[in-house]
Amino acid sequence: MIQYDKFTLSNGLRVLVHEDSSTPMAVVNVMYDVGARDEDPAKTGFAHLFEHLMFGGSKHIPSYDEPLQVAGGENNAYTTNDLTNYYCQLPAENIETAFWLESDRMLSLAFSKKSLEVQRKVVMEEFKEHYTNKPYGDVWFKMRELAYTTHPYRWQTIGKELSHIEKATITDVKKFFFKHYCPTNAILVVAGNTTRAQVETLAEKWFANIPAGEKYERRLPAEPKQTAPRKAIVKANVPLDALYKCWHMSDRLDDGYYAAELITDILSGGGSSRLYQALVKEQQLFSNIECYHFGSTDAGLLTIEGKLVKGIKMEDADKAVEAELEKIKNILVDEKELQKVKNKTEAALAFEDMGIMNRASSLATYELLGKATLINEELNKYHSITREDIQRYARQIFDLNNCSTLYYYAAENQ
Amino acid sequence: MLNRTIAPPIKDAIDFNLHLKPCTKFTLSNGIAVYAIDAGAEEVLQIEWVFFAGNWYEEQNMVAAATNYLLKNGTSKKTAFEVNEHFEYYGSYLNRASYNETAVLSMHCLNKHTAALLPVISELITDSVFPEDEIQLYKQNNKQRLAVNLKKSEFVAGRLIDEYVFGIDHPYGKYSTAAGYDALDRQQLQQFYKQYYQQSQYKIFIAGKLPKDIAEQLDKNFGQQAIPHIASDKLQLIKSAAEKKYRVINDQEGVQGSIRMSRLFPNRHHPDFTKATMLNNVFGGFFGSRLMSNIREDKGYTYGIHSYILNHLHESAWMVSTEAGRDVCEATIQEVYKEMEILKNTPVPEDELLLVKNYMLGSTLGDLDGPFHIIGKWKNIILNELPDTYFYDAIAAIKSVSAKELQELANKYFVPADFYELVVI
Repeated sequence: MIQYDKFTLSNGLRVLVHEDSSTPMAVVNVMYDVGARDEDPAKTGFAHLFEHLMFGGSKHIPSYDEPLQVAGGENNAYTTNDLTNYYCQLPAENIETAFWLESDRMLSLAFSKKSLEVQRKVVMEEFKEHYTNKPYGDVWFKMRELAYTTHPYRWQTIGKELSHIEKATITDVKKFFFKHYCPTNAILVVAGNTTRAQVETLAEKWFANIPAGEKYERRLPAEPKQTAPRKAIVKANVPLDALYKCWHMSDRLDDGYYAAELITDILSGGGSSRLYQALVKEQQLFSNIECYHFGSTDAGLLTIEGKLVKGIKMEDADKAVEAELEKIKNILVDEKELQKVKNKTEAALAFEDMGIMNRASSLATYELLGKATLINEELNKYHSITREDIQRYARQIFDLNNCSTLYYYAAENQ
Repeated sequence: MLNRTIAPPIKDAIDFNLHLKPCTKFTLSNGIAVYAIDAGAEEVLQIEWVFFAGNWYEEQNMVAAATNYLLKNGTSKKTAFEVNEHFEYYGSYLNRASYNETAVLSMHCLNKHTAALLPVISELITDSVFPEDEIQLYKQNNKQRLAVNLKKSEFVAGRLIDEYVFGIDHPYGKYSTAAGYDALDRQQLQQFYKQYYQQSQYKIFIAGKLPKDIAEQLDKNFGQQAIPHIASDKLQLIKSAAEKKYRVINDQEGVQGSIRMSRLFPNRHHPDFTKATMLNNVFGGFFGSRLMSNIREDKGYTYGIHSYILNHLHESAWMVSTEAGRDVCEATIQEVYKEMEILKNTPVPEDELLLVKNYMLGSTLGDLDGPFHIIGKWKNIILNELPDTYFYDAIAAIKSVSAKELQELANKYFVPADFYELVVI
């Protein structure tokens, strides 16, 4: 059970406090309600590039990192398709330093041209390091475009292509900032060795006089229901053939999300999971196989991917995967097997809650979803999933018309 | 009116009293040592069984890693599937990892399940059988994984730099090959298992909100089997390469180069070690370091550049590591040497030194958050055979180090001629 308190400043900034006096540290976490899904299709990768620029100095403070390090703090940030999150951890005595730094960059960035020029290069190297210069590194660019025709999940957080990042201008940066980075679109979570009273005082002092900004109304085009299987073929300079398949699944707040999570665990949650046992151990078609989903806020994707054992035909591997999916669709999952994945989820949730940093970002994420109370309701949602639910959702997800398949061939094998 | 240009007052981290919760040690009936940290609010545990069974002790390449990996792939009573199913049913995470000196079995679980889980861990330590088909599958799948990794410049660079610094026959310098996988056989694994697992004095590290009867549970499961105490340390000779500079093309179309620069460095017992860690932080050890500020934040040559001292028990090495744009690799290397020269020629300014001290102590304080972090600190002290006061000695050294001492260390160790230099594209 995670205890927390919540209040809202007059400018609309939501503030959540989680007190934990057992640690000498404090975490200050600021989440902004903007992710790659909010980008212009012609300017993708911008939310993430922007995250880098948040460290390039703010209106009254030339450097973000230095004063935080002087105060004994560390920080980082991440951008997803759904949101952008900034967090720092520092000795609780110095908590005000974090309020000072975070509030100034919420007020206004410095919009330094040098920072844009350098971070543009840094992000392009990040793009190369993680996507261009890696075997199979381009697969999710192709998969997303195959699975989504309309919704902005069509592109990855890093962006569709390098040229979009190359072309970003300081005008784009300013527009983006004032549209999304304001109190009414943000959530502040403070966790650790602090009190609600202290957080209230500091939040009033540093954040309350920042202009509220306009509430961002998200109007994203909905992805139409997929009505026929989709397929694509890639040939690349990689050593092994690989199979990728994905299916549309429920959004984050739907009951189907919890069922999908358990389904991924039944299929590939460990050494005793179905796909591993059947396809890696028994039939030896794959050298590895995984099933997971992206945890997206809007309706997301559930995926199976694996590398084929040399000499195995792609079509045979694909058929064997389909056969496993037929089983989960047609035969009720064993009570013990369902209990196993529920137990695993129970442990995973307990371990997730171990550090104040995790607790702070979870609280922010749930609040952004509209319900911080969810943080304490998740386990029950998993527990209430029945064998019949698993079957019903498996049938819904693994509908043949809901599937996109990518055959990724090693050029040397062809 | 709030003046946002003025930073709020802070307490310097060098004025903090950092406290490392003491670790409880007890011995099982057969002499096995248990180190325990009882802390935390959640009903969870982390237990590690640490064996001196790393590749330091193997006679043939990759036997240590294969033995460790296959520990949970079958006992005389259970198949690999049954072993996995058992741990997974109770929501526990069973992992194993093989390093240079040590090899580890580790488990994370909810406290309420220890009685069901510990007997099966004991079974893995005393009764693993290494079935032939499991070994074949291990070879096949790992050769495939290796083929994929060999396409990555960073993977290739990591192997080659170790080979140059330590020599291909040294435990720190050797690496996996397809031929090495082919050469593994069941008998070698069984022999290695017998000597370094079944008949070895391993150590147990346990942390979390400990159940009251944990000592009895551990003794029942791990304290009953007599274990001979055989001191077994092997001498391993370093044979560094004569040539220092390498440029390797792994992928003609690569758009980045993986740069590694490295020199030999003594282990944690050397009087320079702690202060060199300070120098390393100034140089490339954190986001505000000289290398990061110059090569990422000023020039934009890379997404990240880091320097670190390798965590080896016997001998160590100082390493600089980055992936940089293909056309700026040579410029990056020159900038690294330039930063070394600056540290040799000019004392670190006092405000920067204070910043790094505060950062290091603040991050040490953060590292003490929770039982798993605390036992990690103790494990490091115990496995390195460092004095119990090591944590406090290191804090004192960080607090007291002067710019002059750092400059002396820079002159002693930042000698370009001592550095191996590698770019893999």
